[in-house]
Amino acid sequence: MADLLLLPVLLPLAGAVATAVLPWRRTVGLTVAAAQLGFAVAAVVAVLRDGPLRGSPGGWEPPLGIALRLDGLGAAVGLLAAVVVLAVLGHAVARPAAAGGPSAWPLTLVTVAGLQAVLVSGDLFTTYVALELMTVGAVGLVALGGRRALAPALRYLCVAVLGSFAFLVAVALVHARTGTLTLELAAGALPPGPALGTVLALATVGLGVKAVLAPLHAWLPDAHAAAPTTVSPLLSALVVKGSLVVLVRLWSALGGHAGLAVVLAVLGSGAVLWGGVLALRQDRLKRLVAYSTVAQVGYLVLLLPLALPALDPAAPDGARTGALLAWEGALLLLLAHGLAKAALFLAAGTLVGVAGGDRVADLAGTATRAPMVVLTFGVAGACLAGLPPSLGFTGKWRMLEGAVTSGAWWAVAVLLVGGLLTASATARVLGVALRPDPDPAAARRGVPAGARWPALTLAVLAVGTGVGSAWLVDLLLVGAVPAG
Amino acid sequence: MSAPDTFLVLGAVVTLLGAARLLTTRDHLRQIIALNVAGAGTLLVLVALGSEGTGTADPVLQALALTGIVITVAVTGLALVLVRRVDAAAADADADGDGDGHG
Repeated sequence: MADLLLLPVLLPLAGAVATAVLPWRRTVGLTVAAAQLGFAVAAVVAVLRDGPLRGSPGGWEPPLGIALRLDGLGAAVGLLAAVVVLAVLGHAVARPAAAGGPSAWPLTLVTVAGLQAVLVSGDLFTTYVALELMTVGAVGLVALGGRRALAPALRYLCVAVLGSFAFLVAVALVHARTGTLTLELAAGALPPGPALGTVLALATVGLGVKAVLAPLHAWLPDAHAAAPTTVSPLLSALVVKGSLVVLVRLWSALGGHAGLAVVLAVLGSGAVLWGGVLALRQDRLKRLVAYSTVAQVGYLVLLLPLALPALDPAAPDGARTGALLAWEGALLLLLAHGLAKAALFLAAGTLVGVAGGDRVADLAGTATRAPMVVLTFGVAGACLAGLPPSLGFTGKWRMLEGAVTSGAWWAVAVLLVGGLLTASATARVLGVALRPDPDPAAARRGVPAGARWPALTLAVLAVGTGVGSAWLVDLLLVGAVPAG
Repeated sequence: MSAPDTFLVLGAVVTLLGAARLLTTRDHLRQIIALNVAGAGTLLVLVALGSEGTGTADPVLQALALTGIVITVAVTGLALVLVRRVDAAAADADADGDGDGHG
């Protein structure tokens, strides 16, 4: 099974080198992306059948070697990444101008390799290195946006590396206290106390910066506004998720911390509300979509305080059931957000091209000129807002059910108001897009047929996977601490 | 206070100073230097955590610090390239006389 752990990391790296030096970028890039999808499906099947996949490259067992471990959450995010990357590269082939130049191919593949390495690494230091690889790739991707993107790219790099330092100190503390870097082995060896609190606080701050948890989100809207169309989906749907997966794994393995959970509950709720309000107030389309990512990360962070009782064997059964429901719901929401936000960013980038300007007000008439793209935006927005039968609805419903069961009424209010804010932001864009064309006679650029399908496919998947999503819940629980 | 504890506190202070400067300055070159100061502080914390004050050191934490140095050097290189591009773009924008920087 080691092949399913290592190949999805090594193949994109080889692909990155190949696309950097060989002239057949599209063929190589698309082949690698298709193979990644194959690996991801095989990994999901294997994880569902046999439980978490393990491996140690070179036959060196931990503590000397590197521990690889792919749990259900990792396999699910790997599948999400493979689908999103294939769609994004498909869009880049149909609309090369949207990709930001030939360097986009190797940089995308390096970022994918970094994310995949984060997903399969079972020890904390490999996670740190993989996070850095992913960040460097992502910074390069942001910088592709030209002059205006360079300053945000530099800011992103500085802030993300500062976050990594905090995470690195947390990793070193775990080793100093437990003598191991393997997360599974460290889990039992770190008793609750100041050391555990410090580890979790440092890791939460460091990963929170990388995952744009408000109020650490300042770099994100600028970076997205300047980034090319195909870069934003990668950043928002995948890079952010890499850090969140590490945060969730760390919390669940080490057992969480009640005091930090309160802080995270406040920050998460604040992000949902503040991000939602800011998204409504933006007059540029890509900034609107970017602020909605700030709000969605808030939901995902609420997972940690809501799921805390599930990590505590001494908690009463009712609280544990509710916490487990919230856990499943938030992770379903993570997958839904990945699909829907990638579709939303691809559609937004295409709409900006069709409208000839990036203001929301410029969108008037786009519904007649590019009906499929506006439809994609609407469907993806509905999934984000949590309308049935989308995956966003399934996830949010479970989270709500969990919050009600465990009596976390504040979370119920935050979830409902956040959903309303997201729905209004989408409705505002659609409302402008459906207005009559102010100048029907003007010559407009059309959308290449190939550029419509990838985003629409993602949006349809975001809605369609909500039906019969029980297998996804089963997958997410494989190797997760609350389940065992 | 034993020697490792002293270095632990020193490392934390240096890290915080670097981080504070990084977040408060707008000058790109200063940001990169501040980032390196914070990095040096972090690595000092790592080395202090790995020493028990008896002359022996935890080799794993030293290896982590070494890898951290390599990564920090690489990231600094990338950041410097970005700073040069930012400055070149600003100079171009001045020469063109348009500040909005399309293209």
